Amino acid sequence: MSELYVSSSPHIRSGRTTQKIMLDVIIALMPALIASVLIFGPRTLLLTAVSAAACVACEALWEKLMKKPCTVSDLSATVTGILIAFNVPAGMPVWELIVGDVVAIIVVKMLFGGLGCNFINPAMVGRVAMFLSFTADMTNYAIPSKAVDALSSATPLSVMDKLTWSDFPALFLGVHGGVLGETCALALIIGGVYLVARKVIKPIIPLAYLGSCLLFSCLFGGEQPVLSLFSGGVFLGAIFMATDYVTSPFTNKGKLIFGIGCGFLTAAIRIFSNSAGGVSFSILLMNLLVPYINSLTMPKPLGGVSEK
Amino acid sequence: MKRKFEIFKNGLFKENPVLILTLGCCSVLAISVTVLGGLGMGIALTFVLVCSNVVISLLRNIIPGKVRIPCYIVVVAAFVTLVEMVTEAYMKELYDTMGVFLALIVVNCIVLGRAEMFASKNSVGDSFFDGLGMGLGYTMVITAISIVRELLGSGTLLGVRIIPEGYQLGILSQTPGGFFCFGCAMAILIASLNKKGKKIDKSTGCGHDCGSCGLGCAGRGGESK
Repeated sequence: MSELYVSSSPHIRSGRTTQKIMLDVIIALMPALIASVLIFGPRTLLLTAVSAAACVACEALWEKLMKKPCTVSDLSATVTGILIAFNVPAGMPVWELIVGDVVAIIVVKMLFGGLGCNFINPAMVGRVAMFLSFTADMTNYAIPSKAVDALSSATPLSVMDKLTWSDFPALFLGVHGGVLGETCALALIIGGVYLVARKVIKPIIPLAYLGSCLLFSCLFGGEQPVLSLFSGGVFLGAIFMATDYVTSPFTNKGKLIFGIGCGFLTAAIRIFSNSAGGVSFSILLMNLLVPYINSLTMPKPLGGVSEK
Repeated sequence: MKRKFEIFKNGLFKENPVLILTLGCCSVLAISVTVLGGLGMGIALTFVLVCSNVVISLLRNIIPGKVRIPCYIVVVAAFVTLVEMVTEAYMKELYDTMGVFLALIVVNCIVLGRAEMFASKNSVGDSFFDGLGMGLGYTMVITAISIVRELLGSGTLLGVRIIPEGYQLGILSQTPGGFFCFGCAMAILIASLNKKGKKIDKSTGCGHDCGSCGLGCAGRGGESK
């Protein structure tokens, strides 16, 4: 003990690093990836690998150009890449997917200062940029060969009035048209449970999101509220997108408000606007409100006196 | 003559109306989808700006201070109507592209702003060059943005196809792309001006010369730094 250090808090640190958390997220995404390969074929693997590689390359290149320390080993770019790939249909041209990666990493993440400084979810913006630029390719959903009749066209969201409860198993297992990562609710739930068990995320946002989406779908009089919850990207959005640390509130109360807001907007967009972007736009809108939610739900310090 | 050139150059870069003073952004975002529309809008605005600056400068000692804004609007509206009629008669395609934004030049912040801030206080010659510089600064920006947006967003330049069908970034010809290009253009201009060692005041290009400035912030802009 030759030297004594005086430092400010925090004094207790866990061994948990960004890299370990991101590795957990990648592990949690694996069931959905496996399900997607089984449902949509091996092209899924190609798209996922290209997307992850493009994101990492963008981040490394940008940091090289800007002469900043290279941060790709924290794996956050890899997660963004996988999530973007999960948001495109199996037939998506590779160059269009790379455009989405560049928008996500360069425009949304690096221009604002890298991990922790982006004010909205990079993967969601990448998806929206691709959706607005290449609408035809983004909505040209691949139909799995094993799909049952009622689910053999487009995405189940567009034929919601024709669905019955007998289609539920197919919906739950994801054997229907859609984008790569969103269709298999079972795999996404397994991933979500893993994240909660590893304490990477708290279950508040996903549960509030799914619950309020269901509730508001019923209130707004949507067709088949329960079945519509299992189609489209609600599960992917609720478990993996809305829970992003950087763009969700810190406090439990804040997380609850955030989740309910996402569910409300998703239900409203789906029922009143007929747009395929319900989940993405609702999460992006709520991302913008996060600073306000944070400052409104800031807990009072113990013994603190309220400012008058 | 050197002073006149300085006034002219001011509008192009250091006090660029769109990117530094952030005036008239609405029309820049809306019209910069095609190069034809952007260029047409720029020329129309430059014409109106030069003419209105000269006329308002001529009348600056006659117009009573209390009713100066209505008087400016009447002068500006006269020239806008002129431009509108000529465009509709001889360039119908351009007229349709610009739509309501041509008529909205009447209330364009750049035109009114220069009338209030410059033409009403300076000589006719100076006002002419100020109008020309500001107008060309606007034209330059809107044309540059529209080249990027039309080339990458629709794959054409002045209607001629450059990039084959199916390889466009549709988002650039929509509103988000407009904001994105606008932000990039602003960043590029400010970065290049800063590089020359001339830091720009971030607040509305304020010169701290409250006596000659019509913005009416009464020195508050200076304190808030």
